Amino acid sequence: MKIDWAALGSVFGVSLVVTVGLVGLFTLGIVGLTKKESARGGSAVLAATGAYACFAACAAAVAYGIHLIVV
Amino acid sequence: MEHITLLLGIVIVTALVFDFTNGFHDTANAMATTISTGALRPKTAVAMSAVLNLVGAFLSVEVAKTISGGIIDEEGLRTEVIFAALVGAILWNLLTWLLGLPSSSSHALFGGLIGAAVMSAGWSSVNGSTVVTKVLIPAVAAPVVAGLAAMLATRLTYAIGDRADRKATAKGYRAGQIASAGLVSLAHGTNDAQKTMGIITLALVTGGVLSPGSNPPMWVILSAGTAIALGTYLGGWRIIRTLGKGLTDLAPPQGFAAQTSAATAILASSHIGFSLSTTQVCSGAVMGSGLGRRGGVVRWSTATRMLVAWCLTLPAAGLVGAGAEVLTKQGTWGTVVTGALLLAGSGTIWVLSRRKPVTVDNVNDLDGVGDIDAAEADGGVPAESPGVVTAAIAAVAPPPAGPLVEADAAGTAGVNTPVVELQATIPAPDTGSAAEPTRPAAV
Repeated sequence: MKIDWAALGSVFGVSLVVTVGLVGLFTLGIVGLTKKESARGGSAVLAATGAYACFAACAAAVAYGIHLIVV
Repeated sequence: MEHITLLLGIVIVTALVFDFTNGFHDTANAMATTISTGALRPKTAVAMSAVLNLVGAFLSVEVAKTISGGIIDEEGLRTEVIFAALVGAILWNLLTWLLGLPSSSSHALFGGLIGAAVMSAGWSSVNGSTVVTKVLIPAVAAPVVAGLAAMLATRLTYAIGDRADRKATAKGYRAGQIASAGLVSLAHGTNDAQKTMGIITLALVTGGVLSPGSNPPMWVILSAGTAIALGTYLGGWRIIRTLGKGLTDLAPPQGFAAQTSAATAILASSHIGFSLSTTQVCSGAVMGSGLGRRGGVVRWSTATRMLVAWCLTLPAAGLVGAGAEVLTKQGTWGTVVTGALLLAGSGTIWVLSRRKPVTVDNVNDLDGVGDIDAAEADGGVPAESPGVVTAAIAAVAPPPAGPLVEADAAGTAGVNTPVVELQATIPAPDTGSAAEPTRPAAV
């Protein structure tokens, strides 16, 4: 019996890192957007830019996910 | 020749029925958290999942060339064996649906195949080590992987998001949840509809209609995609309720973390090549996110019953598959009898499910989650299932949900009690019917 521990380990590691990373990024984006509303001037722009950058990274991850499903 | 045609027809129809049960059994995986946190309304959620399943069925580039992925020896597999396996898998899917337990449809199919193959060609036709590496180890690994990821992600999102206003963040979590639920639906359509296409194609090849190694005809792809989408749209509300409300109480950030972890684990596992069961990944993710929130609770009694059902999936579907194979071996009449028993068993389960229907209207009511008495569960076992399994199933019917954590949830459930009782006595409406007049009392 050959158990592919390496594959299991990578599934484990990748799931953990990607999930925590994506959820963290997305939450930062959400928090950034709410900051934008309360802040004024330069810091509002900064918060909005950061938020959209986070969302863009998440969107890229979703696109990669669809790519994995299709191909 | 006529015999082959009849048998082939039966196998194709049965495979589509399995595909259909697979659809409504697995709606919960993608949509349970989305529905229970209110990110999407129940009807909208299942409609979205159905469309994505249909799209997923057409996205597949490579249709599964084997049914079991090497678990059984498919060389010279007879059409009857495929039929017997499907009977076992369908009945197990329906039974776990009646009990509201999420269990893996693929494992049910594997179990049915193993049982039927052993009865047909002996134990040597089963690769024991492949069963361990493809079924048993993933079954242990899946909930741990997804659960741990969901737990850490939930902790993180609460740590970061607590600084912001909860109302302002709700919309964002909603969008994130819908996106990851969509990914799970799409992946499900691609994987599971493909499986059915593989079965039908293999049956056509063994029946001599297609030449070996040919791709599935368009009508096979179309019908498999439609069957899984229809099943998804019908919605396995019982399982959605267990997964969305019965295991733990999910707030939007938890739902988002759970669904993202599930989508990631499913895609990572299928990409890296250590296949994990979607159902087990999603259940684990929900439990993990329940543990990740401060003050969150997992109802371990429901979780334990789910685990028992997972352990029983392979042997139970195997026993039914083996029984069905004994019958189909007898020739055409045996196949017809098996078909009739399948219909009778499914009909019985459906009638029993009408006693305490779970529909789009009460899917989010915590009350009466898995509120099935042992007696009712006993009666629900189809004629072909052996007594041992009956007793074991009676033992795994989920208990009434434990004490509620959140005050507002407790209030809702209290108000809902009369509605649930009312629905048990009134002749049940069709699952597909729109909102009921009894509903206003609950909201």
